Amino acid sequence: MTSIPHTNLIPSSAPSRGKVGMACLIFAECWFFAGFIVAYLFYIGKSSSGPLPREVIDIKPVLVNSAALIASSFTVIVALRGLARSHMGVFRFWMLLTIVLGGYFIYGTAMEWKSFIVDHHLTISTNLFGTTYYSLVGFHAFHVIVGLCLLTSILVLSLMGHIHVVRDHLRVELVSWYWHFVDAVWIVVFTTVYIVGMRP
Amino acid sequence: MKSIRAGTCLALCVFVAFSCVASASAVAAAEICAPGSAATASSVAPPTVPTILPYIFDPHGPPARMIHDLSWLVLGICAVLFIVVEGMIFYGVIVYRRKKNDKSKNEPRQVYGSNPVEIAWTIIPLLIVFVLALTTVRTIRSIELTKAPAGALEVVVIGHQWWWEYRYLDANVPGGEIVVANELHVPINRPVWLRLESADVIHSWWVPALAGKMDVIPNHTNYTWFNADSEGLYLGQCAEYCGNQHAGMLLRVVASKPEEFDAWLQTQIAPTVNDTSVAMGREIFQEYACSNCHTVKGVSDGQFAPDLTHLMSRQTIAAGVAPLDPTTLRAWIDNPQALKPGCNMPSLQLDTEELDAVTAYLLTLR
Amino acid sequence: MTTAPIHPISETSMGFGSRVHSWVISVDHKKLGMMYIGAGLIFFMLGGIEATLMRLQLMKPLNDMLTPHGFNQMFTMHGTTMVFLVGMPVLLGFGNYLIPLMIGARDMAFPRLNAFGLWLFIFGGLLLYYSFIGGDGLYGMGGAPDVGWFAYSPLTSKAFSVGHATDYWILGIMVSGFGSMTTAINFMATIVCMRCPGMTFMRMPLFVWLMFTVGILVLLALPVLTGAQVMLLFDRFLGAHFFDPQQQGSVIFWQHLFWFFGHPEVYILILPAFGMICEIIPVFSRKVIFGYPLMVAATLSIAFISLGVWVHHMFSVGLPPWLNSIFAASTFLIAVPTGMKMFNWIGTMWGGNIRFTVSMMFATGFLVMFLFGGLTGIMLAVVPFDWQLSDSYFVVGHFHYVLFGGTMLAVFSAVFYWFPKATGRLLSEPMGKWTFWMFMIGLTLTFFPMHLSGVLGMPRRVYTYQPGRGFELWNLISSSGVPFQIVGVLLLVTNIIKSLINGRVAGPDPWDAWTLEWATSSPPPSENFSKIPTCTSPRPLWDRKHPEDPDCFYE
Repeated sequence: MTSIPHTNLIPSSAPSRGKVGMACLIFAECWFFAGFIVAYLFYIGKSSSGPLPREVIDIKPVLVNSAALIASSFTVIVALRGLARSHMGVFRFWMLLTIVLGGYFIYGTAMEWKSFIVDHHLTISTNLFGTTYYSLVGFHAFHVIVGLCLLTSILVLSLMGHIHVVRDHLRVELVSWYWHFVDAVWIVVFTTVYIVGMRP
Repeated sequence: MKSIRAGTCLALCVFVAFSCVASASAVAAAEICAPGSAATASSVAPPTVPTILPYIFDPHGPPARMIHDLSWLVLGICAVLFIVVEGMIFYGVIVYRRKKNDKSKNEPRQVYGSNPVEIAWTIIPLLIVFVLALTTVRTIRSIELTKAPAGALEVVVIGHQWWWEYRYLDANVPGGEIVVANELHVPINRPVWLRLESADVIHSWWVPALAGKMDVIPNHTNYTWFNADSEGLYLGQCAEYCGNQHAGMLLRVVASKPEEFDAWLQTQIAPTVNDTSVAMGREIFQEYACSNCHTVKGVSDGQFAPDLTHLMSRQTIAAGVAPLDPTTLRAWIDNPQALKPGCNMPSLQLDTEELDAVTAYLLTLR
Repeated sequence: MTTAPIHPISETSMGFGSRVHSWVISVDHKKLGMMYIGAGLIFFMLGGIEATLMRLQLMKPLNDMLTPHGFNQMFTMHGTTMVFLVGMPVLLGFGNYLIPLMIGARDMAFPRLNAFGLWLFIFGGLLLYYSFIGGDGLYGMGGAPDVGWFAYSPLTSKAFSVGHATDYWILGIMVSGFGSMTTAINFMATIVCMRCPGMTFMRMPLFVWLMFTVGILVLLALPVLTGAQVMLLFDRFLGAHFFDPQQQGSVIFWQHLFWFFGHPEVYILILPAFGMICEIIPVFSRKVIFGYPLMVAATLSIAFISLGVWVHHMFSVGLPPWLNSIFAASTFLIAVPTGMKMFNWIGTMWGGNIRFTVSMMFATGFLVMFLFGGLTGIMLAVVPFDWQLSDSYFVVGHFHYVLFGGTMLAVFSAVFYWFPKATGRLLSEPMGKWTFWMFMIGLTLTFFPMHLSGVLGMPRRVYTYQPGRGFELWNLISSSGVPFQIVGVLLLVTNIIKSLINGRVAGPDPWDAWTLEWATSSPPPSENFSKIPTCTSPRPLWDRKHPEDPDCFYE
């Protein structure tokens, strides 16, 4: 037993299991969204009746919305940096800003839906555009809401003094990964719905 | 223990022998079985026409024959691979099993791999599948046509739960199309170009002796073709699960000489028979729900069920499930669910007198 | 090392109630793994009963034992059960049990998530089976789903599927699918992060490699199915038009989504079986696996190519020739790495000193049967041939050779191999030999003739068939194989129960094997290893047993 050379024992330098787990979750989520994005692209211009994207979509508020969501990806990075340096005030401020920006995005989406439903009478059952639009944008908004819930609970916990820099930095970082993912999906959704989908 | 081991080896040998023989003779076995049973199937076929069973190794026209020729190549390659690899497994199992009296603790030589051998069994399969892929692509290209062959008879096939509607598109016909149900008549030695559409769910049109299957899909038009080279009644059935009576959606293609086909076409163009002796039956047909679904030209124009204008020119009812004779027809009208459970035709609860009248009326629709 | 099996004394001395309780609240990967396998075997018997009813119905032409609706429910439930409630959980259960032991870890990366996954699967299965009672909905239309396991639209639309049967199908699979996804995440994190010192990726047992690949495929394929099922739910409940041909929705789109999931799913069901065979054949041949790096490469390329072959389930849909050609080519290509594996297994046996235990017999049976299923698969990849064979009984024969003759035989082999590790007791070998022959005879009798009835033009999923078409004999033979399989299952169950009570004591390493799970006691203690082992080569125990010629010299 003793004669086996132990020189080729390689020390374990594996990444944290939390990171691998979150990466896998994000990987799976990507494929979930892929289905809806392909559905959207596949059904562009196939609606048998109106209203069509170009008749109802107002791009300006969407651009403001998108800017808010993308900005929130940066604010969460700043917040995380604050946490790493134990500046809890910095951390809380930028977390709050992240949540406000994310909340504004949800508000913007809600306003867009209201205009579609009330002004243009476009619902999920109106035509293929409605079907694919509401499911894709809706699932993205749902993920934003989940992310907001996570961020808000972190903020509340930190206000209650339950966030510990060493112990919880990784956890907060993983939530920020999820938030970046939600952001990245929006860039794809935006391209699909508001750029590719607007073509005649 | 010894006997168990010997028995195991013996049984393994028997099993491999069985597998080899079975796979090699698979097609041959089917061949033997198929013609013998043709006699019973022809009970509902006209006596003069041979019944051609849905057997893919008995092709009667180009697409089926091209597939048939390709399939022998594939079967041959696979049979060789089967015998070689299965032989390697059994050779290994028999030669390298632990000997009965081997009590030693010595381990065999550990072989970690061999680059030349591993490269060989990567390259050789690659070459084999390359050949298969090339022949496959060539056959796909010669079978999957994008437009009708010259001089083709064009027919629209509409799949319904659970019957087939055929519409002949022919400029020579007044009105441009003739509608028939369940039995497709075609001339021999003339390409037939089928446009496949579905009225409800997905079906699949499959008459193995004539062509491979092609799905019949709602909101998606497919095309397929065949060219029957001999007279006969070609059997087939729906090949995509389509609900309750998927099994009761049989296909019948009657291929006959061009002049016989033309004669048949004339019977389908002829005006509806109006026999006054069965007026009562016709009135019941019109007053009750029959007319909501069935068309009889000049009498009713229902669209959900087979056209009955020339019902009596067919050999079967209920999409080939039952022969068309007065007794069966009467039983079918009385209670369709008994003959074809789950089908969409309801029992109208007719009394004996009404039943007789409607049956008598339908029997006049030549 | 040679200690008597450690019986968790605290457990045997407990009352029945507290024992059940200890299993229900358990987050131990070994208990969860066994519960996965146990629940899978129960569903296996349910699926088997459904199959038996179908074979009875098809024994003779124009039989009326089952109504068409009843038969359609049977094949839908049989397929769905076998794929989602037997294949996946049993294989994931083996992964759960074995991965931490094989890589020298104390548990999975996320033990509580692991328990959550198990209970989601069980709940999903119960939800699906509840449809027999609750599927009527308010309409009084038939119980269980009757749309086939791939649920082609528009049969699943509100118009053609009244009541809630289809909804139970969607939700049951979705829920158990979430369970599978959490398990896959767990596998990935465990394999990446929890390996013992010295266990590099290229020293992992091949079973772990295969489960790693399966983890990737699960995370990639199941979300697509979930997405498609969500679309279907939207169609059914919110009036959306994803698969509604009346509003220009495409029913073919469902097929693309389903098979984009469905083909990797086939590999999710066969790759773990490959992994089991990769562990069992070397041990009983007394030889190291032939060409370990090639095996890993073949595994990864199978997984990769499996993403690009799904259209071979759709050759008769009427897609353009170029698309059919591309997917035919990719399907042929996947035969190459699969062939490499087959040859490497034979290469492992070659020159060995093969001990024919029941486990090895099942492994050999796997090679024999899987080869046949693989070759009929090549025939089906020939597009024009597929135009004839697709959706016929030939296909049914083909995938039963792959999934029963392949996956299930490997699972039985694995049961005989790892049962002593999990329980400390050996299964009875003579009874096992009977089980093996019952299955071999039953499988051949049932599934071989299906190829012939397919060639004779019998479509699948027909509740009955017309006399006089040449189907009678082959269907009768098919049905005659069923009793053999039933006897096989009953023998296996009896064997398991009998051995649990008074089976021969196994000791920690009854097969003289080489991977780390045999380095601990049988059954392993709740922490798996008293001291975390180290790993010096792909066969750490070989190195310990043969210090004069260890594997690590050949790396």
